[in-house]
Amino acid sequence: MSAMTPMLDRRQAVAALLEDRDGLLVVTGLGSPSYDVHAAGDHDGNYYLWGAMGAAALIGLGLAQARPELIVAVITGDGEQLMGLGGLATIAVARPKNLVVIVIDNGHFGETGMQRSHTGQGLEIAKVAEACGIEARIVESRAGLEEARASLRRKGKGPRLYVVKVKAENQPRSLPPRDAVHLKNRFRAHLGLGPT
Amino acid sequence: MTSTEPIAPGGAARRDRGQTTGEARSSLGVSWPGAVYRVLKGFEVRQMSFVPDAGHSELIELFRADPDIVSNVLTTEEEGVAIAAGAWLGGERSVLLTQSSGVGNCINMLSLAVISRFPLLMLVTMRGEWAEFNPWQVPMGQATEPALKAIGVRSLRAEAQDELVDMVAAGATLAYEADQQIAVLISQRMLARKVW
Repeated sequence: MSAMTPMLDRRQAVAALLEDRDGLLVVTGLGSPSYDVHAAGDHDGNYYLWGAMGAAALIGLGLAQARPELIVAVITGDGEQLMGLGGLATIAVARPKNLVVIVIDNGHFGETGMQRSHTGQGLEIAKVAEACGIEARIVESRAGLEEARASLRRKGKGPRLYVVKVKAENQPRSLPPRDAVHLKNRFRAHLGLGPT
Repeated sequence: MTSTEPIAPGGAARRDRGQTTGEARSSLGVSWPGAVYRVLKGFEVRQMSFVPDAGHSELIELFRADPDIVSNVLTTEEEGVAIAAGAWLGGERSVLLTQSSGVGNCINMLSLAVISRFPLLMLVTMRGEWAEFNPWQVPMGQATEPALKAIGVRSLRAEAQDELVDMVAAGATLAYEADQQIAVLISQRMLARKVW
């Protein structure tokens, strides 16, 4: 756990990660990560969640298994990933080389009034992931972000996870579409898949 | 043991803890797991996820031995709902194998499949409804079908093995070709009775 107060701005951090994203596919966890990814530029290769808390990393797993030639980034929050901690075990055992989970960790449930989360009280998701067998890093600087961005361009030896420590503050909302069927069909069309 | 044989608690039929009895063969002389496996292969299912159940053990082994199928062992059943969504985003069909108790774990996650109209096929082995000796299985077993209906998942209930194979095919068509969310419930009476 970092002793420092996080200095990274979440929106700038996510924008930096997605710069020149090329063929990257992105699944976002509900709440601020969906807004951050949308603010970085809406994209047909984004699948935004507005619910199903705990699902993001596992949707990423199913997608990564279906498209092993592409890199899948899951961008989610500490609260969302905490609801799916068991999923880290499932991902670790599945060992997808093309899945990168990025947890934007502000230590709080930002959507519901900034209540402190488990990570705000000392729990480190990177250590949980590492204990499961996932290659995990903590990102607290621009240089760390650059390393994480580079990892989104290549496959790993197995699944990877970055915990990006950001300031706990709510940014102006940048709302992606909420129609889940539209998002599904748009995403599939981006991969050349037709509607049913 | 077939379902018409009497219960033999502690009698000659007692076997090792956790094992099920019988070969589970239909009147056609074909085991239902083999027939269900072939139906799902015919539908080009490429991903299978599961929390084990004795009633699913043969089907799980058939899938896990298949190099064309990616199998995921889950820590909780709702993970499989998310994996199926991700698989479909990437163009693959997925099936979730679970026991009736696991349906309870899935409820909020099923919002994802329902609101996005993701194809979802769950094969649910029932507990708590027929010659059940474990009272802890009864509440969720009794709540399975009403809970699925309440969240918007349609149940097809198989009482006999020949019926089950047809029902899986019908459910697979509804799921993968009509974007429906389908649970095929495999009655406890049909499954070999668990003897302790």
